[in-house]
Amino acid sequence: MEIYLDNSATTKCYECVRDIVGKVMCEDYGNPSSMHRKGVEAEQYIKEAKEIIAKAMKVQEKEIFFTSGGTESDNLALIGAARANHRAGRHLITSSIEHPAILNTMHYLEEEGFRVTYLPVDAEGKVKLSALQEALCEETILVSIMYVNNEMGAVQPIEEAARIIKGYNNKILFHVDAVQGFGKYRIYPKRIGVDMMSVSGHKIHGPKGIGALYINEKVKIHPIIFGGEQQKNIRSGTENVPGIAGLGRAVKEIYTDLDEKTAKMRALKNRFIEGIQKIDDVVIHGVTDETSAPHIISVGVAGIRSEVLLHTLEDKGIYVSSGSACASNHPAISGVLKGIGVKKEYLDATLRFSLSEFTTEEEIDYTLETLYNCVPMLRRYTRH
Amino acid sequence: MIFHAFLIKYGEIGIKGKNRYLFEDALIRQMRYALKDVDGTFDIHKSQGRIYVECEGEYDYEETVASLKRVFGIVGICPVVHVEDQGFEQLKKDVVDYMDQMYPNKNTTFKVEARRGKKSYPKNSMEINCDLGEAILEAFPEIKVDVHKPEIKLNIEIREQIYIYSEIIPGPGGMPVGTNGKAMLLLSGGIDSPVAGYMISKRGVGLEATYFHAPPYTSERAKQKVIDLAKLVAKYSGPIKLHIVNFTDIQLYIYDKCPHDELTIIMRRYMMKIAEHFAKESGCLGLITGESIGQVASQTMQSLAATNDVCTLPVYRPVIGFDKQEIVEIAEKIDTYETSILPFEDCCTIFVAKHPVTKPNINVIRRSEENLAEKIDELFEAAVNTVETIVVK
Repeated sequence: MEIYLDNSATTKCYECVRDIVGKVMCEDYGNPSSMHRKGVEAEQYIKEAKEIIAKAMKVQEKEIFFTSGGTESDNLALIGAARANHRAGRHLITSSIEHPAILNTMHYLEEEGFRVTYLPVDAEGKVKLSALQEALCEETILVSIMYVNNEMGAVQPIEEAARIIKGYNNKILFHVDAVQGFGKYRIYPKRIGVDMMSVSGHKIHGPKGIGALYINEKVKIHPIIFGGEQQKNIRSGTENVPGIAGLGRAVKEIYTDLDEKTAKMRALKNRFIEGIQKIDDVVIHGVTDETSAPHIISVGVAGIRSEVLLHTLEDKGIYVSSGSACASNHPAISGVLKGIGVKKEYLDATLRFSLSEFTTEEEIDYTLETLYNCVPMLRRYTRH
Repeated sequence: MIFHAFLIKYGEIGIKGKNRYLFEDALIRQMRYALKDVDGTFDIHKSQGRIYVECEGEYDYEETVASLKRVFGIVGICPVVHVEDQGFEQLKKDVVDYMDQMYPNKNTTFKVEARRGKKSYPKNSMEINCDLGEAILEAFPEIKVDVHKPEIKLNIEIREQIYIYSEIIPGPGGMPVGTNGKAMLLLSGGIDSPVAGYMISKRGVGLEATYFHAPPYTSERAKQKVIDLAKLVAKYSGPIKLHIVNFTDIQLYIYDKCPHDELTIIMRRYMMKIAEHFAKESGCLGLITGESIGQVASQTMQSLAATNDVCTLPVYRPVIGFDKQEIVEIAEKIDTYETSILPFEDCCTIFVAKHPVTKPNINVIRRSEENLAEKIDELFEAAVNTVETIVVK
């Protein structure tokens, strides 16, 4: 039995995505910049994908740019916009619970001479808007806040943040890292005052190595990669046509019957939370109500190191993450969990279960049964 | 400069009397193995008491040298240029050419050392030395002769062709693997044990290895890391048979039955026993560990005695007197360091007590182990029977 509950790390590809990726690789393999028919055919795939994504975000097609993934989208948005707008000021704002793709890019920009404010979060894992209000100043040119936190699923108050930012100064750019939120929520950046938004293919049952960045046509941005001036010279390099076609197909598929899918995930999430609380000394981090993301559950199991529980579940065919998979190659304690005030005994004893539309009730029940059986056994053997 | 061959210098094996050919043959075998996957065609042969690697056609020079530098028994690798024997005047030109290309800076000293394999050559060695030396002096006014301590020793060997060489690239030394039996390395994921394996193998010893994993307490990645380490050591030692033993049940049983501060010592005693079991099974003549006195609680003199107590085979501990830094230096040299420091939990640390005994008394330990009498043989059997064996190369 294979039960994959690590969908915030990556997801299984839709079969229709696999098919179109294979077709583009082996049949319609032209270079979209070529002048002949093969090139034109390849370009069609890009146009179609742009159309789908632009529609899903309710933006213009020309405002969609393809990148190698969420990380590059974040890099392009932050570095590109900071460099293009530095004359207006050198102050940037982000939250303390962002993905490393944002945090490490901000650290780089600090070295480049920008000043960065990192906003704290409350106990529910939501950015403190009062702190945002206070941080804004004359010098501020860019704010970046994630849509859904990848470690515990807290949905950030993006609309309110946009109102505060734009109310203070309409020229300040607002970037949203929506890698975990896109495909779970209908997000219309233009309607809510978001100027740039990053998304990734492999979190929504699309291919790895492909992502997109929405850039409002009014935003001034510099490229960070130089070359053949593809994509209006914002992102040079021959387009990853198979990836782009796959991303387009994944977006179309995931937004079909979205409400039913998320309702199902939410029901399973609630079932899991209810079940796991039957075990002693277990906590669910952050909020779990309707305002939280439907697919992420962060669970602390006192007395068992997360790595051990992870491998025990792995042995039973259940795949989960400890903390956040993107950063958990080096077993550092999660800054996000610390940030929301998680108690010490849970810090290195936290697992993340993340669901997808393919998760079933049987899988949730089997996982719970497995936990009921192995947690008491594992708690007997501990380090002194 | 394009080199056509390598002259291989070997030290110690030259003095092994009547067994000399055994060592030379082993060396040639190891060299062939090392060059197996290098781009190029190589002919390795003994000739007049020397070993040559003749490189036929195009080959990857860097990779060839790097591979030979990992063959134990080689003391020096001399890249050789071949020229046709077209009379002495031509040889003078060729030698001057060689010097010009090899040493752009002529402000140095040299001497010529000729060897005449082909006795029919019209000049004897002394004459060749003098006449070629003169030709070089004439061509490059800044260069000087120094017959006692020259910067450059230019070797000329007269055979069917003429061999010219002057550089010696140091090899690893030691003795060719396969000339000194086989030993069983207790390989953890740490820095020390790969170094220990390398050092014993350097004396001509083939390696097998035993690794203990403890799922779910140690991960697939920790196991992969050990396989990767074995691969790096195997670049020197040749293929390593790696025995991967599931140790979890034994470990938990010890945890249940014995005082926790003795856990590590008792566990290590069982590791030695299991490793020795596989060692004897495949004809290894000793065990190898990466222990170093006093490095951790389980490596004090008392602890070492307590683990040694269970073994009947000799236990070799080549880094026993080394400080950590000295071990790290070797690990860096043989390229295992980066892999060793990857942060995966190994099975020695998962249940380690806050204050483990540092001066275990063997009698006390033996008495504690009596608590294991009921099931330990069965668990030992199970661990041995479920071993996963892979050959790493």
